[in-house]
Amino acid sequence: MLNDFFILMKQELVLLAILFILLIIKVGNDWSNERLLNVINALLLINVVAGFIMPAEGALFGDMFKTNGLITLEKNILNVGTLIISLQSYSWLKNHKHLSEFYMLMLSTLLGMFYMLSSGNLLMFYLGLELSSIPLAAMANFDLEKRKSSEAAIKFILSSAFSSGLLLFGVSLLYGTTGTLSFTEITPHLTNAPLQIFAFVLILAGFSFKISVVPFHFWTADVYEGSPVAVTSYLSVISKGAVLFVFVSILYTVFKPLADVWYNMLFLLSVLTIVIGNLFAIRQDNFKRFLAFSSIAQVGFILVGISGSSPLGTASVIYFVLIYIFSNLGAFGVVSIVSALTGKENISDYKAFYKTNPLLSWVLTIALFSLAGVPPTAGFFGKFFLLIAGAEQGNYVLISIAALNMVISFYYYLRIVKSIFMDPNEQPIEKLTVPWMPKLALFLCLAGIVVIGLWSTIYEYIYSLSIGL
Amino acid sequence: MNLNLLILIPFITALVVLFCNGLKQVRTVALLGSGLQLILAFWLLYCFYEERSAGNVSQMVFEYTYQWFAPLHINFHIGVDGISIAMILLTAFVVIAGVLVSWSMDTLNKEFFFLLLFLSMGAYGFFMSLDLFTLFFFLEVAVIPKFLLIGIWGSGKKEYSAMKLALMLMGGSALVFVGLIGLYFNTNIDGFHSFDLLQISKMKIPLDAQMLFFPFAFIGFGIFTALFPFHTWVPDGHSSAPTAASMFLAGISMKLGGYGCLRVATYLMPDAAHAYSEIIILLSTIAIIYGAFATLMQTDLKYINAYSSISHCGFVLLGIGMLTQTSITGAVMQMVSHGLMTALFFAAIGMIYSRTHTRMVAHLGGLLKVMPFISSVFIIVGLCSLGLPGFSGFVAEMTIFIGSWQNPETLYRIATILACASIVVTAVYILRATGKAVLGPITDAHFNTLGDALWNEKLAAILLVGGIVAIGILPFWLNDLITPGSQQIILQTGQNILLK
Repeated sequence: MLNDFFILMKQELVLLAILFILLIIKVGNDWSNERLLNVINALLLINVVAGFIMPAEGALFGDMFKTNGLITLEKNILNVGTLIISLQSYSWLKNHKHLSEFYMLMLSTLLGMFYMLSSGNLLMFYLGLELSSIPLAAMANFDLEKRKSSEAAIKFILSSAFSSGLLLFGVSLLYGTTGTLSFTEITPHLTNAPLQIFAFVLILAGFSFKISVVPFHFWTADVYEGSPVAVTSYLSVISKGAVLFVFVSILYTVFKPLADVWYNMLFLLSVLTIVIGNLFAIRQDNFKRFLAFSSIAQVGFILVGISGSSPLGTASVIYFVLIYIFSNLGAFGVVSIVSALTGKENISDYKAFYKTNPLLSWVLTIALFSLAGVPPTAGFFGKFFLLIAGAEQGNYVLISIAALNMVISFYYYLRIVKSIFMDPNEQPIEKLTVPWMPKLALFLCLAGIVVIGLWSTIYEYIYSLSIGL
Repeated sequence: MNLNLLILIPFITALVVLFCNGLKQVRTVALLGSGLQLILAFWLLYCFYEERSAGNVSQMVFEYTYQWFAPLHINFHIGVDGISIAMILLTAFVVIAGVLVSWSMDTLNKEFFFLLLFLSMGAYGFFMSLDLFTLFFFLEVAVIPKFLLIGIWGSGKKEYSAMKLALMLMGGSALVFVGLIGLYFNTNIDGFHSFDLLQISKMKIPLDAQMLFFPFAFIGFGIFTALFPFHTWVPDGHSSAPTAASMFLAGISMKLGGYGCLRVATYLMPDAAHAYSEIIILLSTIAIIYGAFATLMQTDLKYINAYSSISHCGFVLLGIGMLTQTSITGAVMQMVSHGLMTALFFAAIGMIYSRTHTRMVAHLGGLLKVMPFISSVFIIVGLCSLGLPGFSGFVAEMTIFIGSWQNPETLYRIATILACASIVVTAVYILRATGKAVLGPITDAHFNTLGDALWNEKLAAILLVGGIVAIGILPFWLNDLITPGSQQIILQTGQNILLK
């Protein structure tokens, strides 16, 4: 039993250990930020490596906590993303007073996501979800001198609380109609009864808030804009990715009997999300707001993939999120370096960026191409497979809408490429010297963008794991 | 022969270019790489003849399959037949000529040659693909470099043109995408869906699926090749692009569309191609006539060539829409011929522009006296464009007309007559532009100080003129190369009027 406990909860325990180490360092030592960052990034690297060792399958605490190959993989993906974000924010954190607190908050949200991913019970799921979202509000406030940052935090906590409320309402109704909270026991009791569908709608709304699906997306742009870049990127890839993973598995397993109901809802939501996200992204000038709307549109595409069925749907969503992490972090990496060193966050500041910073420009361009889905970057494969998964249902209207919206998304990604390469600018951003840690992060992103697409083994591995679901 | 070489060589060259220093190294590497491409293309032709004479009658030769995404049954599958080889040869010619005319590219030369070579990789991959996923992959690979090429190195309203071109072509590939997905889910090969072109061609796609997805695929590819209502990117894109990019755009990337219409839309959905052929004929006839008359009104040499490209590419679609063996052979010949010719035309215009700094026909005059070589090239390409016997344009258009006339229905006959008649208009604008710009008195005194073509420009022009003349006086080799391929496509459509 104890052995099981250590093996199955390995990833959570490693994370917990790191948290404690941080706490001890904070209390007992007076290290410089530089040293702290080195230690923390080393620990995060250990965390990533440890995640890949000895993947196990099983359940604990009466099915409250379960894990398998796929869940382990999802956690590993999140670990890698967290490491990259940590490396990227080096320039920003180097001078921050509350460095270790930032990491403690971040790691506890990660821990929350892990519990959420492993949950086999709605209560456990809710616990994980809250653990993963409340510290995020504190993180959003981490540009301590900036008003916008506090505003972002308040907006985030309010919308997050509201969505949790919806979710809880849905959960309680579901409990009322089925008499259980365990995932495996709920499924046989689902009968398309109106009250159950109502409960499902509430739960769906709760999820939609977290992954900013239109019309539950209003908090996204403001929070993204106000938060520090590191937190924005964490919100947009890690936190969103985790909720998406859970969303897919819950839809495909727990709510399978309601598939007809949620298919139509997803159809509507995905079309709305893609279109609105795209149209708003066109007009943005703040880079973070832009990425907020572009990420909304991306979630719309993911919903298209989810509207298919397992295993193609699961595999393509996980595959896409993996690619999305690398591509989005590539873009955010450049933005965070520029923002930390110059304070500039507008797209118009990037005019003639190529003249002064050719390498950073290429990284940003390739990341944007990957987000847009241009081959040979991984984004092309990700989008292609998402749409194949969505088309499996034979709904070609949805696929046509999605495909045409890809063209709109090209416009706004290319608009940035145009600013970087083509627009003249009297005072472009000066030549930046990038420390080695962010450089490494950017390199990892680039490698991910190139390799994950062309090297099919990764997709095949994810697919083989998702067959089991 | 290993076809992967044709993808690897441009790719490796492009990577090496990135690590070069200075224009001299960059252009030397690019020239070596594109020279190697040309040699490979001819070597491929030679191997192909060897293979055929050795009795290999399989539809595609030198096939190579690598299982790419096994769960979705997506393979990296390439192979060639005569049509592909013709297109590969065209690409190799245009690439080396494009590199040569950009010999003194002074701004961001590394990036420029990188993008050119990257684009050529996409084109080779596209023409060889036998798997629809591979094909789509390479199709899109060939789009984005154009955006950067036009936007960064272009002239005039380059950002607008680059964006318009990129969005319209991406719109085209989005339509193609829907068409391919539709095909994919209507295939059933051993219980699985498949993207494999040859396997799909052997099974029958249900008629309603064909009718639904043919327009997606055909219009999607049609946008690339200036299908009538979607041709608006052509004039802007070509006129703003730097010389080499114009050459690539008209010479290679418009051919991607024609090839796709033929190989994917018509070949895989033959019944729908048949059903929709009247609409295709209608649109392409409009493109031919509209393009020709629109050219009449142009005053800028690049616009003249761009609009005439719309007209000439209309012939390609006309040939495809007629669905007879001869007309399809003619369509492929027209693709090759127009590719070489229009690349040469843009090269000549580029050479004139880089010296006189104007492309306006009204401002030019008497160039033959000061730059005899460039002017001669200009005259040759003009004559080729208006279809003078002895050059490739005549051969290709003649083949299309003969093929079209074999289709006995009234509408097709009228379309053929109208298309034939457009040649008169072509003659008007070509002769007028040539007469004004090249012949006559020198209009501007400073023209007298200008020099003739340099060795690199001469070499580029000679290569392309060589291609045009070779097709023009020895058309049968190209015809024999293409015919088996077009025969396959006609067999697929199940109605061969020649055999009736």
